[in-house]
Amino acid sequence: MTAMSTRAKLGVVVASTVLLGAVAAGYAATAAEAPGTPPSAGGEQAVTLTSGPRLLAITDRHVSTVAATDPGGPRTVAGLECLRVYAAAGTGVCLKPETAWSYQVVVLDAMLRQTRAVSVPGLPNRARVSASGRMVSWTTFVGGDSYTASGFSTRTGILDTRTGTTVASLEEFAITRDGRGYRNADVNYWGVTFTADDNRFYATMATGGERYLVRGDLAARTVETLKENVECPSLSPDGTRLAFKEAVDADPAKGWRLSVLDLSSMRVTATAEVRSVDDQAAWLDNGELAYTLRPDDGQPDVWSVRADGAGTPTLVIPGAESPSPLT
Amino acid sequence: MYLSTVSRPVADQPGSGPRRRRLAMVSGNVVALGTVSLITDVSAEMVAAVLPLYLVLGLHLSPVAFGVLDGVHTGATALLRVVGGFAADRFRRRKLIAGVGYALSAVAKLGLLLAGRSIPAIGAVIAVDRLGKGVRSAPRDALITLSTPPEALGRAFGVHRAMDSVGAFLGPLAAFAVLLVVGQSYDAVFVTSFCIAALAVVVLVLFVREQPPGEAADGSNDPKVSVREALGLLRRGRARRLVLAAALLGLATIGDGFVYLLLQRRMDLGLRWFPLLAVGTSLAYLLLAAPLGVLADRIGRLPVVIGGYTALGATYLLLAGPVDGWPLIALALTLYGAFYAATDGVLIALAGPVLPARLRTTGIALVQTGQALAYLVSSVLFGLAWQAWGPQTAIRVAAVAVAGVLVGTLFLLATPSRLTTRKVPR
Repeated sequence: MTAMSTRAKLGVVVASTVLLGAVAAGYAATAAEAPGTPPSAGGEQAVTLTSGPRLLAITDRHVSTVAATDPGGPRTVAGLECLRVYAAAGTGVCLKPETAWSYQVVVLDAMLRQTRAVSVPGLPNRARVSASGRMVSWTTFVGGDSYTASGFSTRTGILDTRTGTTVASLEEFAITRDGRGYRNADVNYWGVTFTADDNRFYATMATGGERYLVRGDLAARTVETLKENVECPSLSPDGTRLAFKEAVDADPAKGWRLSVLDLSSMRVTATAEVRSVDDQAAWLDNGELAYTLRPDDGQPDVWSVRADGAGTPTLVIPGAESPSPLT
Repeated sequence: MYLSTVSRPVADQPGSGPRRRRLAMVSGNVVALGTVSLITDVSAEMVAAVLPLYLVLGLHLSPVAFGVLDGVHTGATALLRVVGGFAADRFRRRKLIAGVGYALSAVAKLGLLLAGRSIPAIGAVIAVDRLGKGVRSAPRDALITLSTPPEALGRAFGVHRAMDSVGAFLGPLAAFAVLLVVGQSYDAVFVTSFCIAALAVVVLVLFVREQPPGEAADGSNDPKVSVREALGLLRRGRARRLVLAAALLGLATIGDGFVYLLLQRRMDLGLRWFPLLAVGTSLAYLLLAAPLGVLADRIGRLPVVIGGYTALGATYLLLAGPVDGWPLIALALTLYGAFYAATDGVLIALAGPVLPARLRTTGIALVQTGQALAYLVSSVLFGLAWQAWGPQTAIRVAAVAVAGVLVGTLFLLATPSRLTTRKVPR
C-alpha cells in the first residue's frame, strides 16, 4: 500500500470514478429506456364523474372508468394522473403527483375539471368523498418525523368544498378514549368515511400500538373511540354498517381480513375474502364491496365480495386499483 | 466553508512557530476520513430520501408493514458497535474495521435491488446498512484522534463533521437529479448510491492510514488488548466518568422528531414544509461545526460541550416560550444546529485523550453506545410525559432535565483535570 505514490493513488481514484460512473449511468440509461406502457384509451369518449352505471378506478396511475355491467370490458382512460381516486354525486378527489417529491389533493367536478387543489405532505394513501359530494378527505404517509427515529406517521385532512374550510390534520382534535380524555404525541389517523349529515365521520386512530375505530364530529372538533382493531372504515350507503380491514390476531404483520361491522349490534362478520386486503373498501351497493388486491408481482386488481359473509370473491377490473362506484 | 477555517493560521497564539502552524491544519488522514464520510453520506442520504417513496409507492407497503420491518435493531447494533471497537483495538486494525463498516453499507444498497418485494429481505438489508454504520463510526473517530495532536482534536472533528454534513446535504439533491433523469426508477437511485459508496471505500483503502507517519508501529510488540483490559476501561476513574457522562448527556436529548413536531405545532406550519426543518438544522450544523471545534481547542472542550447542551436547553425553552413566528423557527433551528455542532464531534475530542491509545476504539464505541441507549430511553420517557402532561409541560420538564444533566456532567467531568484546560504544548 505504501508503495503506491500519491499520483498512482489519484489515478486509481479517477479510474474508479469513471468506471463506477459508467456503471451508474449505464444502469440509469437502461432504466430510463423502459417507461411504463402508456394506458391504451378504450374509447373516444371522455372520463366523467356523472352518475351512471359505471365504476371509477385507476389504471396505470391514470383515472379510468368501466361499465358496471361489463367491468372487464372496454375502459375509458383519462390523461389525469392520480395515485388514488374516489367520487360521489359528481364530486371527485384525486391524489395527484405535483413533483417527483410532492403530491396534491385535487377536487374535481363532474367533467373531471380541477376546482381546488391542496398541497399535502407525504405519500398518498386514502381518499374519500361524502355521499353528498360535499366533504372530501385524504390520508398521506409522512416519513421522518416520527419521534422514535424512523417509521411512518400519517396525516389525514378534511376539506368542506362548500365553505372551503380545511382541516389539515385531525391530530388537533380532542380525543375521548374509552370514555376519558386522552392525548399522546404518537396519535395518527387514517381512512375517513363520512356519514350522511356531512359532519360526523368514522376513521381509524392509532396510538400506543393500538388501532381504534373512532367516531368524529367536525364542528365540535372531537373524536371518540368505539372499538379496537378496526382500520380503514367505509360506511354503507344505508349508514348501518362499516366495512373495514381487521388485522389477523390483532397483528397487522399477519395481514388483514376484510370484514363488516354492524353499527347497531357492534357484531363483526368476516367476508368470504380470505386473502389479505390492505385497502379502504368501497360499497358498490348495500350488499357488495369492491377493493384492491395486490399480489406479489405488484400488479393490482379490483375484486368484489358480498358484505354479508356469503359467496365468493369475484375479479371485477383486472389491472386496476382504487375502485369507486359512480353514484 | 471549512476550508477557510482550516487554512487560517493561528497567528495570535503564543508560541506560534512551525509547530503551531502545523497544528493549525488538520492532518491528511482527517481530510481523507472526511472525504470518505462526505462521499458515503451522499450515498446514504440519497437512499434515505427515496426509501419512503420506494416502499410505499414502488412496493405498496403499508406503514405498519414498514414499522414491523423497521423493528428495533438498536440493542443489537449497540452491542456490535462495542464488539467491533474491541476487535479494532485488539488487532490494531481500525482502518480495516471501519472499511468493513463502509463496505457493508455499500453492499446494502445493492441488497435493496435484490430484496425485491420481500419484507423480511428488505428488513435484513436495512439491518445490514445500520450495522455498517454502527461498526464504522468508532474506529473512524479513533483514527481521527490517533492522527491528530491532542490540542487540535476539536478542529479535526469540526472539519470532519462539517465535511460529513456537506455530504448529507448533497445526497437528497443527487437522488433528485437521478429521478429527474430516469423518471420513477428507484433502482437507478440505488445503483448510483452503491457506486458512490463503493468510491468512498476506494478512497478509504487508498488514502486513509492505519498509523500516522512518524508514530507507526508504536508499541507493536505489546501484548494484544484483552477483554479484561477492555472491561478495565469501565473501572478506570476518568474513562468510567466519561462513559457515564456521555450516557447522562444522552438523556437530555428527546430526538429530532419531537423537536420538529413541537415547532410545527407552535407555528401551525404548513405540513409540507416539515422536511425543511431538518434541512435548516443541518445547515446550522454544517456552518458551525468547524468554528466550534476550533473554539473547543482554544477555550477547552468541556465548556463547548456544556455550551452545546445549554443551547439544547434553550431550544426546549423556546419551544415552550414567548417567541413566535419566523423568529422562533430561525432561533430554534440555529440553536438546535449549534447544539449538534458543539457536542457531536467535540465530545469525542474530549474523550480521545482520556482513553489510552490501545483501547481508544473500544472507549469511543462505549461512549457512543452509552449515548445512543440513553437517547432511546429519554425519547420514550418524553413520549410518556407528553401523554401525561401535554406537550408544553413535557418540553418544560425536558428543559429542566437538561439543567440537571448539565450539573451532573460538571460534577463528573469538571474535576481538576486537563479536560477543562487546553494542553499546553511542551
